[in-house]
Parts: sequence; C-alpha cells; structure tokens
Amino acid sequence: MHIVVCIKQVPDSAQIRVHPVTNTIMRQGVPAIINPFDVFAIEEALRLKDRLGGRVTVLTMGPPQAEDALRKAIAYGADDVILLTDRAFAGADTLATSFALAQTIRKIGEEHPVDLVFTGKQTIDGDTAQVGPGIAKRLGLQLLTYVSAIDALDLEERSITVQRRSEGGVQVIRTCLPALITMLEGSNQIRFAGMDDMFRSARLTVPQWNKDRAGIEDVSKIGLKGSPTVVSKIFTPKPRAVKAQRIGADLDASGTANAILDVLSSQHPRLAQELGLITH
Amino acid sequence: MSENTAAPVKPKGKKRLELDPRLAAYKGIWVFVEMERGQVHQVSWELLGEGRKLADILNVELGAVILGGSSDELSAAARSAFTYGADVAYIVADPILTDYRNEPYTKAMTDLVNRYQPEILLLGATTLGRDLAGSVATTLLTGLTADCTELAIDPDNRGLLATRPTFGGSLLCTIQTLNYRPQMATIRPRVMAMPDAVPERSGRVISENLQMQEDDIIAKVLEFIPDEAQEQAQLAYADIIVAGGRGMGKTENFRLIWDLAAVLGAEVGGSRPVTHAGWLPADRQIGQSGKTVRPKLYIAAGISGAIQHRVGMEASDVIIAINNDPNAPIFDFATYGIVGDAVQILPVLTDALRSRLAVNRRAG
Repeated sequence: MHIVVCIKQVPDSAQIRVHPVTNTIMRQGVPAIINPFDVFAIEEALRLKDRLGGRVTVLTMGPPQAEDALRKAIAYGADDVILLTDRAFAGADTLATSFALAQTIRKIGEEHPVDLVFTGKQTIDGDTAQVGPGIAKRLGLQLLTYVSAIDALDLEERSITVQRRSEGGVQVIRTCLPALITMLEGSNQIRFAGMDDMFRSARLTVPQWNKDRAGIEDVSKIGLKGSPTVVSKIFTPKPRAVKAQRIGADLDASGTANAILDVLSSQHPRLAQELGLITH
Repeated sequence: MSENTAAPVKPKGKKRLELDPRLAAYKGIWVFVEMERGQVHQVSWELLGEGRKLADILNVELGAVILGGSSDELSAAARSAFTYGADVAYIVADPILTDYRNEPYTKAMTDLVNRYQPEILLLGATTLGRDLAGSVATTLLTGLTADCTELAIDPDNRGLLATRPTFGGSLLCTIQTLNYRPQMATIRPRVMAMPDAVPERSGRVISENLQMQEDDIIAKVLEFIPDEAQEQAQLAYADIIVAGGRGMGKTENFRLIWDLAAVLGAEVGGSRPVTHAGWLPADRQIGQSGKTVRPKLYIAAGISGAIQHRVGMEASDVIIAINNDPNAPIFDFATYGIVGDAVQILPVLTDALRSRLAVNRRAG
C-alpha cells in the first residue's frame, strides 16, 4: 500500500501581528509550522502503515524553507518526502495548487502506484478546505472529506469504510480505493518522534522537485497564470464610528454587575424580557 | 490552503478586462439550497436574502438549486425559496440524491451550471457545501472563494467582489474571479442576515434529470448517526452566548463562564487561544477558524477582540465586553464595555442576575 500525505508549511497564525501604522503583516520572527490540521493526516497514514504495511510519502509544495516541515514528517516516521518547489508556482490559488499537486502525485504514482491520499481538513492560513477536493477531482479519486475514523480498509477488495462528519450527524460511507481523505482534527494524536527517525531526519537531503521533474509542461495551469482568482485589495476592517459605551467606570464589581443589568433592562427591553430580567 | 494570500496584488487597471463573449453569456445568480434528510439548512435562506440584493444590482434572476431524493420535499423547498427571494428553482429529484454523496451531487450541479450558465454561484460554507463547492469549482475549472464575510458587485465590470479574512484573520482581502465563470463563493451560516419571507412571492420551476445510475456510483452510505445522540455545541444559532478568552487566566476560571451561561440559558464559546489551550472543546471556538454567530446577546469575557474573533461575532445584536485592558480592540466594536477583571466581575454578575430573576419569578 502506498499513501501520499499532502501537507503545508504555514506561519503560526496565532503569532501573526499587523503593524499598527502601516497595516502590513509583520512576518519577522513568526515561526513556521506544519499546518496543525495536516498533523492528523500524517498520523492516520502512519497508523494505517503500522497496521497494514506499505509506505508513506509526504508531499508539500512551497518555498525551499518548507523542507523543515518535511524533515519533521520524516521524524514522525514517513518513508519518503518530496518538496515541490519552483518559482513558476508562485501566486497559485487553490485551483492552480490542486493542479500542481495532482500532477506530482500522478508522477509519484508512475513509480509506486498510490492507493490513498491524505490531507488535513483545511489550512490555518488559507482556511479554504478546497485543495483536497480539487486533487481528488483532478485524479478521479473517491473523495472522503471530514473523516473522523477509518472503520475498515480491505486491500484485497480495495474497499474502505469511514465515518465522516456531515451537517447534523456522522455519515458512515463505504467506497473503493484509490481515495482521498481529508482528516478531521482531534481524530488521533500524533506520535512522538522515534530516535532512529530523528537521526534519519537530521541526515536527510530533502528531494526537491521542480515543475519539470513533476511532469508539468503547461505553465498556463500553474502559479498566478493558472489561478482564476486574484486578490484585488487587502485592508484592515473599518473601525466603527461609535465605540463601546463604558459601564461601571467608578464602581466596584457588584455596582458594575448591577449597572450592566440596568442598562440591559432600560435600553433593550425586549431582550431583557426574554431573559426574564423585566416582567412587562 | 489558498496560496492566494501570498499573491501579488494585481494592478487596478487589469480588472477592467473584457470578458470573453462566451463567458459574458453567463447570467444570473444561483444559490445552492442545502437539504439534509428533508431539512433545508437555514444558511440557504440567508444566502437567498443576500443573493436577492446582488441580483437586483445586476438586474438578473435569482435561482435556487435544489437537489434531493423526494420530489415532494424538493417542491416544498422550492416554494420556500420563492418566499425568500428566488425567481427560479432548478430541481433535480432522484433517489440517488437522497443522502449527500460527492459524486452525484457534483454531477447534478455541474450539469445544471453548464446548461443554464449562471454568472455567480453561492453555497453555504458547511461541511456539505465546502465538499461540494471544491469539487464543482475544480470540475468546472473556475474560481472559488471560501468563507466570505461580505459580497458586493464591482460597478466597473459587474464582477463579484468577495471579501474574506486572510492571514489567520489579521486582515481582510477582496478576491475577484476575472476571466472565468461562474464566480463561486462559500459563505458561513449566520454571516448574512436571515431575510423576511414574503409568503405571496412565487416563481418558476425547472426540473432536470440526473444523468446517472446507482451502479455508476462507487460510494455507498451505510449509516447516518444523527447528532442528537452525541454532544455537539449548537453555537451558530444560539440566541445568547457567553464567551471567554485568554483573559480568563486559566482553565478553572471557565467555571465562571459556564455558571453565567447556565443562569442565562446561554451557549458557551471561546476565542482561538482558549480552544487551542484546551480550556474549551474545539467545536466551541468562535471566529474565522471557528464558528460565526449572531446572537441577541454576546458577553465577551477576557477577549481582546482580534480580527480573527471579531469576524465571527460582530453581527451580534448586543455585545457586552469585559476586559482589563482599556485599549483592547474589542471596545472598538462592542456595544458596552467594562474595563475590569472578568474573573472578579462574572461571579458577581451571575449572582445579581440570579437574584433579579428570582424576584421577577416570585412577582410573576
């Protein structure tokens, strides 16, 4: 069995700040991490390998420094990694990204046919959840999004049964390989890196593939050119004209609490009535 | 997963591109009406309300796409869609579409789009909507913008201006789909206001067949386990929410949030640092990477009000913010602000509320 896991290196968005004067992103010193949602995909792939054998290849598209994310993946126990990196990919939106990744997976599959592709449910920087479905459609893979558990995987039958989150419940669905799974957060817990894998990771030269190595000839489908969407404006939200009305500036906790309830009762009578604060 | 956030901003002049005549023929705005087990998701009506405004600006028809297994349920949904502003309902009824499955839904939707050619297609950013939107956009090879918080029309070129938070919710960006149609966008539940139904409104129904047999479809749904059996927070549609942030100090202090919520009959939510720290389960996160809410009353305790959180709750009717930093951004958009320690004020507020409710109950 051959599993490919697609991950992305992202800035730890919890630590991103906007410059108060220039309104630009302050990237300096913001650490780069493996997209936290992708970590669940890596672990699930490794668990399947532990159970059923096979190999796990971790793939990322990004700038040369994204090799740190792949080194980490090796430390967790991935067998192979590939860094898809080329200036021609710059400015790609989700459609162009899914094209480049799908082509690369196709190329990987020429050597070792791919049975399963994993991604996280979305990234924390783009938040789109669009690349996984995009890869599946381009490669004709069965698409299983928001998967919380893999109930059964039969390599003889080439069938897979999963639980996936849907609106209002959990869908238990069975389909065939090859399939693409986007993994839901919290569905497993990443293992500790083993000593051997950490050594392997430290010694590794991360293989870099450019567009030619990935078999991409048509540059009109990648990067900015292959992206139907363009960002036309980036801005900070307008501050509201009216700021919050201050309550309880000179009061103690109890006075403040009562002032809050008084304001609700007098200024928002309908809400106060629903709350039971006032009777009529 | 969009790399788009890193894309250079194209010069302004470029967006006045002449649209390819083949694409200029795409007309009308469509909303995907999401049905699961006979129930229409409310986000569909919210999007019809927004779609109506855009359709009026462009002077085009508003279409509702309704897919499912039972023609009766679909006809009922179409009647409701008309009352919320749709002019036309595009219906595909087939037992194959009873449960949501990616393959037949993608086929039904892409066939409809190719045949009737809408210029804009809106879907709810639910698990179902995102699964479908990503597949449809890739199949049609067009642009898709996720989780928009604002939609507008570019007066220069009739194009859709889709605004969404970016950089983890630190900034907003406006995204356009230039020489591709339809222009697709997903919008979360509660981002757009629920429109008022106009009961006498009616419209046309166009029915199409699904060009698929059950044998063509590999995926089979074995079982559906509804959420009633489990514990899922129902935040998006809660009327009252008490939310805590990093300013609550430590996980034990969240008891104060739960106590106040219990007296108010409220749901409990939190900001991203709080769910990341494990003080609250992940499904209670409010903000760009969590849920969007618009309750009648939102109490924010120890929440600074970063854009990431703000975009998820600023549509609340009344926002009461308690924070000990007088310069916290939350005071820029809350209705009422209390500068103070939430850990001290919350229990006193809970007690004061409890005693007033008791008095009123005795009086009533």
